[in-house]
Amino acid sequence: MKRLILAAIAVVALSTAVDAYAQSRTVRIATEGAYRPWNFTDASGALVGFEMDLGRELCRRMNATCTFVAQDWDGIIPALQQGRYDAIMAGMSITPRRLEVIDFAGPYATDATTFASLRNSPFAQIKAGDPLDMAEISADEKKTIDDLAAQLRGRNVGVQISTIQQQMLEALMPGVRVRTYETTDAIALDLVAGRIDALLVDRSALKAIVEAEGGQGRNIQAFGPAFTRGVLGTGVGVGLRKQDQDLKRAFETAIGEATRDGTIARISTQWFGYDISIRN
Amino acid sequence: MNLDLVWSSLPRLLDGLVLTLELAVLSLAIGLAAGIGLALLRRTGGAGRWAVDAYVFVFRGTPLLVQIFALYFGLGQFEAVRESVLWPLLREPFWCAVIALALNTAAYTSEIVRGGLEAVPRGAVEAAEALGLRRAAVWLTVVLPLALRQALPAYGNEIVLMVKGTALASTVTLLEITGIARQIASRTYAPLEIFTAAGILYLAINLLAVVGVRALERRLAPEARAAARR
Repeated sequence: MKRLILAAIAVVALSTAVDAYAQSRTVRIATEGAYRPWNFTDASGALVGFEMDLGRELCRRMNATCTFVAQDWDGIIPALQQGRYDAIMAGMSITPRRLEVIDFAGPYATDATTFASLRNSPFAQIKAGDPLDMAEISADEKKTIDDLAAQLRGRNVGVQISTIQQQMLEALMPGVRVRTYETTDAIALDLVAGRIDALLVDRSALKAIVEAEGGQGRNIQAFGPAFTRGVLGTGVGVGLRKQDQDLKRAFETAIGEATRDGTIARISTQWFGYDISIRN
Repeated sequence: MNLDLVWSSLPRLLDGLVLTLELAVLSLAIGLAAGIGLALLRRTGGAGRWAVDAYVFVFRGTPLLVQIFALYFGLGQFEAVRESVLWPLLREPFWCAVIALALNTAAYTSEIVRGGLEAVPRGAVEAAEALGLRRAAVWLTVVLPLALRQALPAYGNEIVLMVKGTALASTVTLLEITGIARQIASRTYAPLEIFTAAGILYLAINLLAVVGVRALERRLAPEARAAARR
């Protein structure tokens, strides 16, 4: 009898523990909150954007409760490793260098990278928008990159610190003088002020700069190819600690479903005006 | 913590040391000259006093980071500024940082010098006047030397604060010690090691500054001067 009671208590205790685990599965997601329209802070101070909507959608599919926290970009990976939160959704591209320190689920989106300058700059004459997939660079494409590098040699080009764009400049165009900024807004201000000759950002970040409320971005336009892959990585994913493989599997499943049923495409069109989901 | 990474990042951080020293030395030199000028201007009373007090209030009461941003991003937005003769200077992040740091330290320095001036004993001035020294001579040989000696310990503190203040120049794209540290940290994802190394460099600079100011204090101390004369 005594044993039976003990067993019953054990079963009850165990099942409550399991229930508690299922219910209390909270995932703390970090974002930058300054990368419109991926993630940004609205007038009331709330975090909004493509990744907030997508994050909530993924969490719904994972039966998890999600909270978002804002974290400065240049400390976003170290703070994940220290356990201040469990995941990163901040327009972060999956690159070999980042894979050395963290893991990723996804990618859930991909966006091209482009140069931009002021309309009255000689660079504005260079043809814009031709896709250039750097996963395999052909001889022609190599020439395009080298020509561009020659034209930009010795010029000041602004990038956000610790981004794939910074890595791309350093890897492919070593003659360029790279200036690093904390936010893309600050790069735009310095381009307009004439302190830098060009900037290198995501197509979506450029769109946000050009359409910014102050109107100072209206004289900025893209030039050169729309770069993808290669040094730019394989797309934007959810950054996770390497040991959290359960969480990775949950995110992978949710991202797969949301990609296939067109949910990501829908949320993307809502925020970007075009589809940045991964369709193969 | 990976100590090897701390040591191996030091040589690269040394590249930023020169810029940090340039920022600190230039802004301190400009700030010291301006600070003494402001403290003297304040003694003229009336509008001079009012203007200096307002300047000190503004630059001491707002964060240095805000001052750098206002000068760098704020002024650059105005077309009038971009077309002015000052633009070649303000266009450069280096000069923006130097100007902001100098304006800031000038405010603090003028207060430090004011304290020194007020501590000059009335009797010393009267004695000099009794000897028949002219007004300018009284100031140059009695008041200012006494005031500056009095102000030196507090000014040593200001030097240390300014050396640390140069770290904010990294926010306007300058690659001084902190700027380079942030770049390395962004690649290695090892902020603890890199910023520890950067901290060691700042400690080294400030150690030299503190030792230098102490030595100067000892040299200028009345007892030491009296001993040297004997």
